[in-house]
Amino acid sequence: MKQRHVTVLGAGVMGTSIAALAVGHGLPVTLVDVDRAVLERARDEVTRHLRLARLMGVQTGTDVAELRTTVELADVADADVVVEAVTELADVKAKVLAEISALIGPEALVLTNTSAIPVDELAGAVAHPERTVGAHFMNPPYLIKTVEVIRGPRSSAAALAVARDFLASMGREVVVVGDGPGFVINRVLQRMINEAARIADEGLATPEEIDLLFTGCLGHRTGPLATADLIGLDNVVDSLRVLRDRTGDQGYEPSALLLAKVADGDFGRKTGRGFYEHRGTK
Amino acid sequence: MSSSTTNQHILSPGSICGKLTAFLERQTKRDIEPDLDIFAAGLVSSLFALELVVHIESTFDVAIGGPDLRLDNFRTVDRMTELVLRLRGESDD
Ligand SMILES: NC(=O)c1ccc[n+]([C@@H]2O[C@H](COP(=O)([O-])OP(=O)(O)OC[C@H]3O[C@@H](n4cnc5c(N)ncnc54)[C@H](O)[C@@H]3O)[C@@H](O)[C@H]2O)c1
Repeated sequence: MKQRHVTVLGAGVMGTSIAALAVGHGLPVTLVDVDRAVLERARDEVTRHLRLARLMGVQTGTDVAELRTTVELADVADADVVVEAVTELADVKAKVLAEISALIGPEALVLTNTSAIPVDELAGAVAHPERTVGAHFMNPPYLIKTVEVIRGPRSSAAALAVARDFLASMGREVVVVGDGPGFVINRVLQRMINEAARIADEGLATPEEIDLLFTGCLGHRTGPLATADLIGLDNVVDSLRVLRDRTGDQGYEPSALLLAKVADGDFGRKTGRGFYEHRGTK
Repeated sequence: MSSSTTNQHILSPGSICGKLTAFLERQTKRDIEPDLDIFAAGLVSSLFALELVVHIESTFDVAIGGPDLRLDNFRTVDRMTELVLRLRGESDD
């Protein structure tokens, strides 16, 4: 079979790390963003991800495939697999998915890395809803092997098979789940982060103490607030709003502390400060 | 990368070890023995590993790549010191 050509939409935290996973497994990638400045930094980000992957022993191959970047969707009309990783705003995703699906071939697979928007809602925007599947990569996707795959009610068995094969070709393991706001992971994780932020805000415990309980008592690799800093607090707030709007559950209403940090531009690791200070990293 | 002094002076194993220990103690707010495996002890995350590499490169003016870029070289202050000495020895004069 010919080499799949991968297009990644959105060159942010996830787009660059998904691109690194793919090129590291020999699949050529074109990374698309609307922001040229973001694309300029993206190349260095991908290199940084590949270095970390190598350091951790998960990037052993030496042939890294080509990475291209563009702001023009028309450049990626030949994609075999599109991985959508743009900002977690339903209208932004629907628009870019509608545009890309009008350009690519009917056989191309569209994977969305949405954190919480139901796959079927996004499938409603594309030309071939049966070719749309959810692939919720964890952060960073090259260090965490397991991917939450979401089969929407209109996702075809054939598309799901291609998704499995594509993810397996990058050494990933999948768990296929049903569709719904936040799927499995984020229906629970976003709520956990929000409650942890409320607890910190109420002064019951510091972020360090909260995280220490989750790592020390529950065996989590990192606690909820360190996880939130890794995800990006802006993305956490967007995901919470998606969940609140689609479930009506006020428990997903973003906590005041999260909103204040986002208003201050403290998004976590990507800006250098969130619940923690991140000197050294960006 | 920092452009350090052109007159690169010789660093003793003790001073490399001391700088690394001070950096790690600042990061972890814990006492670090030179033979402690900081990853196995859960003091730092895998994401920190790359920060550590970048810090070592800029502090000691070395480039770490190829087969040296593996976690085993960064598990303890002793091993990092060995790596820095080797890389500085090879790159100097
Ligand atoms: N951050 C995480 O840990 C994480 C984990 C799993 C899934 N996700 C999901 O992945 C997606 C991306 O998240 P992120 O954290 O990388 O966000 P991010 O804010 O870091 O990056 C999003 C990027 O999308 C770009 N973008 C916006 N509109 C675009 C368009 N129309 N075309 C092309 N690019 C566009 C933005 O310029 C930005 O660079 C979101 O759906 C998020 O919920 C995030």
